[in-house]
Amino acid sequence: MSLLAFENVTLKFGGLTAVNDLSFSVEEGEVFAIVGPNGAGKSTVFNLISRFYDPFAGSIRFDGHDLLQVKPSGVATYGVARTFQNIELFEHATVLQNLLVGRHRHRKTNLLSEVLFLPSARRQELENREKVEEIIDFLDLQAYRDKMISGLPYGVRKVVEVARALATDPKLLLLDEPASGLSVEETTDMRWWIDDIRRQMGITVLMVEHDMGLVSGVSDRVLAMADGAMLALGTPAQVQSHPAVVEAYLGKAS
Amino acid sequence: MRIVFKTNYMQDIRPWKDGYQLTLYLILLVVVAAAPWLLDDFYLGELTNVLIWAIAGLGLMVLTGHTGQVSLGHAAFLAFGCYANVILLEAGVPFLIAFPLAGILTGIAGVTVAIPALRLHGIYLAIFTMALSILMDDVIVLAEPITGGVGGKFIGGVDIFGLTIDRWGTPAPFFWLVLAVAFLVTLGYINLLRAPLGRSFIAVRDSEVSAQAMGVDIARTKMISFALSCAVTGWAGALMGMYAGAFNNETFSVLISIQLLMMIVIGGLGSIHGAFLGAIVIGFLPQFLSISKEYVGALFGGSTVAIPGLEFGIFGMILIGFILFEPMGMYGRWLKIRTWFELFPFYRKDMFKRQKSYLKTERLR
Repeated sequence: MSLLAFENVTLKFGGLTAVNDLSFSVEEGEVFAIVGPNGAGKSTVFNLISRFYDPFAGSIRFDGHDLLQVKPSGVATYGVARTFQNIELFEHATVLQNLLVGRHRHRKTNLLSEVLFLPSARRQELENREKVEEIIDFLDLQAYRDKMISGLPYGVRKVVEVARALATDPKLLLLDEPASGLSVEETTDMRWWIDDIRRQMGITVLMVEHDMGLVSGVSDRVLAMADGAMLALGTPAQVQSHPAVVEAYLGKAS
Repeated sequence: MRIVFKTNYMQDIRPWKDGYQLTLYLILLVVVAAAPWLLDDFYLGELTNVLIWAIAGLGLMVLTGHTGQVSLGHAAFLAFGCYANVILLEAGVPFLIAFPLAGILTGIAGVTVAIPALRLHGIYLAIFTMALSILMDDVIVLAEPITGGVGGKFIGGVDIFGLTIDRWGTPAPFFWLVLAVAFLVTLGYINLLRAPLGRSFIAVRDSEVSAQAMGVDIARTKMISFALSCAVTGWAGALMGMYAGAFNNETFSVLISIQLLMMIVIGGLGSIHGAFLGAIVIGFLPQFLSISKEYVGALFGGSTVAIPGLEFGIFGMILIGFILFEPMGMYGRWLKIRTWFELFPFYRKDMFKRQKSYLKTERLR
């Protein structure tokens, strides 16, 4: 059974059809990329998974659960973590605190035990720290651990966002344009990290990306979209040479 | 500059950075606790007042400073806590039960209010809560059989295990009672901030979308924040009533709400220190003004003329000054001064420049 399955999902904003009868599935352990021109509905697919929008029709299933039955905050508890296209970090908190928020879905203590900081709360904090430190080591964020987000450069924020998503211990990681605005070296780093996330941590990755170098470098399968509908689905090479994709990007040869 | 090398996680989790910091705070606590022997009754009363305001400030800080929900209605909760306490005492409930219960009831009232307010942001929430504060005035008048209406209510001393605690009769035990409440509330607050719930408050304040994506239930978190904030404010209200001795519908006017919000902005939003620093300004400003008025009057040989609204005027000017020049409040300024000393002579003018951004609360989305 596939980890994430879209079945005939349609989403309309008034007269505009943002996602049109889209069906695809992401298998466990793969890196799946979604590409397409601006306004193709890529980020909308992510927002559908995050339950920010209710689809007009169709079903979205994750790991045997019907995602349409849960609240937006419930998606994370099933093991879906995401990053945002325009970085959405907690600006007035340190990197460490941001990552610790990522551990929120593993919270077992209640209000009373936290206000009194009972041994159970202490144990849980120690556990959280340990997990978070592993991720800080993994993504080389040691130098920024206690820095405020508001003072960090763009490239680092991008990595912190990935780190925060990893801190939730997800089964599926959604990366919304992980390389946008990054330098060539940073993009290369990101590429190895995505590879490691899949290989070492065994996390399935679904990403939206414009950088075809990165897409063809790490992804197993690529879905090309235009105007909310699927154009092509296959290996990076297959999709890049698909006539419909070439047409969507470059226009029809006359 | 002291650099603390961390060798285990507990160093980060425990509330103090190192033994040096812990010692400083313990000395502060001991000095404050010894205040009844150091100060005369008048200044002890003023200090008690400052601590009560600080508790109220902590209450509002949870909601506005850490969860990002602006409230101009906290005077209503002060009133609720105050009346709940007195009514319970009059019904014969012992103080040690009536007082905590007053806070809990205020917390429940806060949640009831929070449910319709959950979808409101920024300025709209401020208007909604301000209306609440204005409404409370009328509610107290209308509910005369319970609240005493315009005539108000009186509260004398209370008994704790046979010990009488009265603001006028026994100012020292009353001061210690207030100090104990302030201490416990601060302790709970510190614990909250190092636990998942406190962090989820900050998450909701800074970015609701990503808080949601991390599994934080926004509506629930805001509701808990309202509950905690109102409960603490209710305790502050109960103490305020005991401090004043007599109160009616006009004691907790909307001006008190505004003053409370101004207080935490001046002190520094999003920090526990901010609530205390702001309370010191609020508490001592009237005294400071009346003393300096006499001094200025004597300087020019004129009589001391009462200027109506002087206090609020100066208060407003201080607030404008802070918002323009130091959005992080007094606590933010203190951090800079401390860094200046720690790094002397290597402090650079622009060191905090990148951090000069307004909290979302102040920007009023």
